[in-house]
Amino acid sequence: MAVGTATVRRPALTTRWGRALAPYLLIFPGVAWLLIFFLFPLLTLAVTSLMSGDFVAGFQFTWNFNNYTYGLGLYATQYSHSLEYGASATLIAFLLAYPAAYWIAFHAGPRKSAYLLIILLPFFVSFVLRTLSWETLMGDDGPILGPLKSAHLIPSDFRVLATPIAVTFGLAYTFFPYMLLPIYASLEKIDRRLIEAAEDLFANRVEVFRRVIFPLSIPGVFAGVLLTGIPATADFVNQTLLGGAGTTMIGRVIEQQFEVSANYPLASALAFVFMLGLLAMLLLYQRLFGTDELVRAR
Amino acid sequence: MQVEKTAAPAAGRQHSASATDAVVVLDHVSKRFGGVVAVDDLSLDVMRGEFFSMLGPSGCGKTTTLRMIGGFDAPSEGVVRLDGRDVTDLPAYRRDVNTVFQSYGLFPHLNVFDNVAFGLRRRHVGGAEVNRRVQEALELVSLAGYGKRRPGQLSGGQQQRVALARSLVNHPQVLLLDEPLGALDLKLRKQMQLELKRIQGEVGITFIFVTHDQEEAMTISDRIAVMNHGRIEQLGRPEDVYERPATQFVAEFLGASNLLDGVYRGTLDGWGSVELAGGDSIRIPAPPSALVGDKLKVGIRPEKLHLYPDGREAPSDHNSIAAILRNAVFVGVSYQYFFDAGGGRQLSAFDRNAGGGPIAGPGEKVRVAWKPEHTFVIPADGMAQPTPTNHQTGRQDK
Ligand SMILES: Nc1ncnc2c1ncn2[C@@H]1O[C@H](COP(=O)(O)OP(=O)(O)OP(=O)(O)O)[C@@H](O)[C@H]1O
Ligand SMILES: [Mg+2]
Repeated sequence: MAVGTATVRRPALTTRWGRALAPYLLIFPGVAWLLIFFLFPLLTLAVTSLMSGDFVAGFQFTWNFNNYTYGLGLYATQYSHSLEYGASATLIAFLLAYPAAYWIAFHAGPRKSAYLLIILLPFFVSFVLRTLSWETLMGDDGPILGPLKSAHLIPSDFRVLATPIAVTFGLAYTFFPYMLLPIYASLEKIDRRLIEAAEDLFANRVEVFRRVIFPLSIPGVFAGVLLTGIPATADFVNQTLLGGAGTTMIGRVIEQQFEVSANYPLASALAFVFMLGLLAMLLLYQRLFGTDELVRAR
Repeated sequence: MQVEKTAAPAAGRQHSASATDAVVVLDHVSKRFGGVVAVDDLSLDVMRGEFFSMLGPSGCGKTTTLRMIGGFDAPSEGVVRLDGRDVTDLPAYRRDVNTVFQSYGLFPHLNVFDNVAFGLRRRHVGGAEVNRRVQEALELVSLAGYGKRRPGQLSGGQQQRVALARSLVNHPQVLLLDEPLGALDLKLRKQMQLELKRIQGEVGITFIFVTHDQEEAMTISDRIAVMNHGRIEQLGRPEDVYERPATQFVAEFLGASNLLDGVYRGTLDGWGSVELAGGDSIRIPAPPSALVGDKLKVGIRPEKLHLYPDGREAPSDHNSIAAILRNAVFVGVSYQYFFDAGGGRQLSAFDRNAGGGPIAGPGEKVRVAWKPEHTFVIPADGMAQPTPTNHQTGRQDK
């Protein structure tokens, strides 16, 4: 736990320049990557979002803030769908992943890696395929609902597909590993002696979990929520395959505006708003549950 | 174990006035891990209010014994009693015992105050009371004002004291300490030894202290159990264990000693008489158990030996043997001498550095003398050199 201070050999004078430059040299590829593939598209996006015109006549930059007000007004429901389904999916993934991660970390004995592999195995298959098979499975007359309907156990117009539930669970399933793995990692690295110390100090099993294990796994939960929440909110594949007209999420709208309508300025404005909203929520989340201090004190 | 049961009821140097009942009793306790016998049919009484140490080499079963008292390991056989009650099957969190772990085991996500308050809160002590007792405990370990810090922001010694406070604050009947000073430098270690002793005197809690440092055990304890291979070789006050080791293992584990082979020849003028392997006859305090003709070993601590240059007679009431000085080593407060006493026997002696230089040079003949009462006797059954596979070593307890 205590951090040792390594003795660093003094750099010889001749290598001083090299040492001074080393950090910059090391960071250069990353910075270049970010500049080219992140910052540049972001700028393009911002510029495009303020253009007007159409695909045939061409787009001009005109400080057209109209894209924002128009887009927000038109697609408020889809934004809130994204938020709603993304958040529910994250919650569901958390509720499923935490106990599984806990069990593997503390009770799976020497076969931990085997159990992890079993859980992660399905995710080796492309997620579009997985979602497609969900679609088949949950189909209105599919292998599950079909027999139930013919046995008159459920009304014949009952459906799972095209409901918010289908989308939410699809999302939760798709991003499950991103929730499980960080939680597992943080549980796995908890010093078992701390649990004995808590027992020594009169904590029963529930209290050991509540007072020691869970607090120490919060960094993993934090990471899992981010890794699941962000892509789940932005996802459009699940919604496309499992959802219906009433469950459209903003990711799908943006995709449609780009690919089908070719209304680049509107699509850019929508994407930009979405990104800023996500960023705002991230910052809030970080403020509320941020674990910087915890991580530092370890 | 007979010897433990009949040993002077502990009480110790500080607490002779307090009750003398046993607060921890181990009754023929064994612990096996697969094929490894970690603790071997061990029986032990720890008296209320005493500072009890378990001393022994690495792997001799000290931690395992402590963990069975704390409730972290269940004995394979035997019974653990706390305050008269059988707690063998009671989980750790329901035992009125706290542990200071070798690794401290402080909760990294809690500050010092909350670490110390942890046990009190689990026992639903009220907020004001928690406040008062935590402050009190932090003052006791000289850490008042550190409540807001995280364990990661403390030095090793400070963390150790937090661990101590975290246990003491609960006023347990028994405090278990597993080499709590192991990670500290020598100076801090000495300081903490005194502090532990002081705190124990102040709070009057029974301490069971594990260490493999014999000097630490002797400095700090009312009684010491010297362990080897999962058994107790000897149990007694530090002076007893040091001056009258019962087995060769104890004699050698507690500091240097000179061991000589001999045969018991009966009593003479109230002394026992032993004929050493080299032919010399010496006097020993009459051993209670040896029969005439029994083989035994006699031992003398190096600081008990006096040296006389060749030609000078040793006092007639001393035992003495002739030897040749091989080497004199200056160690500051004393000289350490190494001799050859014939027959392959090597002896060593400490002589206070009183300013006169070494008493003789290498190769010179000297007489090595000591008072008969400074001789200790190791009976034949304590003589076998212990080996890891020989669990029958040492004093039998039945
Ligand atoms: N969980 C375990 N599984 C298997 N063997 C164990 C286990 N715990 C202890 N042992 C064995 O039991 C014996 C006693 O171990 P223990 O930890 O009690 O020794 P110790 O006296 O505390 O030693 P040290 O001074 O090195 O801490 C050792 O041989 C050890 O290898
Ligand atoms: Mg140990």
